[in-house]
Amino acid sequence: MALRFEVLGRFNRARAARLTLPHFTCQTPLFMPVGTQGSTIKGLTTDQLETIGCQIILGNTYHLELRPGSQLIDDLGGLHKFMNWKRALLTDSGGFQMVSLLHLADITEEGVTFQSPVDGKPMLLTPEESINIQNNIGADIIMALDDVVKTTITGPRIEEAMYRTLRWIDRCIAAHKKPDVQNLFGIVQGGLDPVLRDICVRGLVERNLPGYAIGGLAGGEDKDSFWRVVAQCTAGLPEDKPRYVMGVGYPLDIVVCSALGADMYDCVYPTRTARFGSALVPEGVLKLKQNAMATDERPIDPSCPCMVCKNYTRAYLHCLVTKDPMGSQLLSYHNLSFMARLSRDLHMSILEGRFPEFVRGFLRVQFPKGDVPKWVHNAMEVAGIDISECCTPTNCQHDAMEAAGVDISEFCPPTRCP
Amino acid sequence: MELISCLQPNLWASLADEVPAWVNEKRNKTSVERTLRWLDACIALDAASGRNSLGVVVGGSSIEQRKLCATEVSKRNVSGFWIGGFGLGESVEERCSLLNAVTDCLPLEKPRIVSRLGLPEEVLEGVASGIDLFDSTYIYQLTMGGFALIFPIDMVEREMQNGVFDSSAGDSAKINLRATTYRKDMSRIVDGCTCFTCQNHTRAYLNHLINVHEMLAQILLEIHNTHHYLRFFRSIREAIKAGEFDIFWKQFVENRRSQIAAAAM
Repeated sequence: MALRFEVLGRFNRARAARLTLPHFTCQTPLFMPVGTQGSTIKGLTTDQLETIGCQIILGNTYHLELRPGSQLIDDLGGLHKFMNWKRALLTDSGGFQMVSLLHLADITEEGVTFQSPVDGKPMLLTPEESINIQNNIGADIIMALDDVVKTTITGPRIEEAMYRTLRWIDRCIAAHKKPDVQNLFGIVQGGLDPVLRDICVRGLVERNLPGYAIGGLAGGEDKDSFWRVVAQCTAGLPEDKPRYVMGVGYPLDIVVCSALGADMYDCVYPTRTARFGSALVPEGVLKLKQNAMATDERPIDPSCPCMVCKNYTRAYLHCLVTKDPMGSQLLSYHNLSFMARLSRDLHMSILEGRFPEFVRGFLRVQFPKGDVPKWVHNAMEVAGIDISECCTPTNCQHDAMEAAGVDISEFCPPTRCP
Repeated sequence: MELISCLQPNLWASLADEVPAWVNEKRNKTSVERTLRWLDACIALDAASGRNSLGVVVGGSSIEQRKLCATEVSKRNVSGFWIGGFGLGESVEERCSLLNAVTDCLPLEKPRIVSRLGLPEEVLEGVASGIDLFDSTYIYQLTMGGFALIFPIDMVEREMQNGVFDSSAGDSAKINLRATTYRKDMSRIVDGCTCFTCQNHTRAYLNHLINVHEMLAQILLEIHNTHHYLRFFRSIREAIKAGEFDIFWKQFVENRRSQIAAAAM
């Protein structure tokens, strides 16, 4: 174990904690930006990432092994040294990328078989190899190779994947050469089936890992199922270890998951949406490519203290995003600042005993008409946070009818109260 | 001029008919006459009557036309001179005599800018002819090609004192960081360079960034190349102030020649 996790404050299930890693001491809840091929984040320097407030960044094992190669990284002293990033790093197992990027990737008991993108030769990524590569790269947190299936798939494949994930975690643990400086996180699988999820949680907790991730979500499942799986897993995972929901995501999702007791998140969303000219703002998303932006002299977000909002107008950014890669660089900067501030707000509001107020404020700005989605209602109920004042109750008779025992579901859209 | 009044620059160059060195005499003559007419038209339309303008001097490869144009432009109410038509295929020898012909006819107290001369040697020639400002895409093209400037500036300054050239310490003017030889090179682009890139990153990392087509590669390279190039200009200024520009120039060129010769062996 190469980390320390201390809960500093709580509100029901939500916690604000200090996560001490070999390279950096972090505050959770936190969002981790995802590095692209060079483990850089769309043109941002490590200097800028520090200024923005990024605490941990994610390196893509698959890409790094392809170029420049994990052995080279190890020879040159590890990824921290190679890219000159002084804070924390997390690498994924490489499995997910392969399955999503490579057409002929296939999963067997041995590992993930795929066609090398370089010369088409058949190759195999085993749990041992994944851990070996990640040992070379040297990140503070490394991820077990799991058998990940999309939540939109049903049937026996999900059960198979869950049990295989448990078998593979033992192989990962055995192969891990640097447990004193790198933390191996296990990943909970099991699709949307609570029984399978429960088995997987227990199995991983038995192995006494430094931290746990909730995997297999953020893949197109409906939101109602999504939050229930997160709620179930956070309830079953140990209190004193970090919980990482992989692939999340939208600010709303992060707020909900934090309310349910999760600590860490990663997603390509903020940087990817920047590339398409969208900026994250408290109200939601601002699309810089819109014609209306061409003459808008305001910053992206007047309340944002980041370098981009302090120096550039929407009009100028509109000009850039339609023509120049610098546009996406500046938007990435802003979007990551937004996510870092969200992380800080979550941590501080829980720590300072005003988490419910923060959540209500957040929802009010995102849903000024009070149309908070039903799944958020449901999740917040479980999280013990009263958000009734953010929602317009008038038109929705659903809850009242439910309480009276009358089923009116056939009249209602499935996930939202209008 | 409407564009100019919208953009509100500190300086603007008049619209000109710039022609390359190899056009015929008639075309060249036309370009001079037209450029002067357009200059007058621009000034007439300018709210500040030319106070922030750079009059463009053309004339191709004709010494006579160059002198004529320079003299005529000098008579107008301009605040400086943009010497056009170079970097378009003229020979080095031609360029020197043409530049001198132009600057000889320009007033001393107004700045002269020349476009498209970017190589260090070209800059030195321009400076020798009395040019004050240079604009070119040299740095941009270096960066886009994955090149980093490494030509010694300080060494040349040292050489001015020693008068001895040490070929083993020298190196070519630039390196191509795309090359596999840099895959594991943990040294800085230029040892001791104070730019952000050299203070924070290695050749190996840049090599990787270039090879995976990351935008950060160009950002970091541009920072270094610009920094290095501006240092070169600072050294030129210092050499001129010390009254040693000729030595500086000579040393620089000889240094380059020895390196090229050494590399060829």
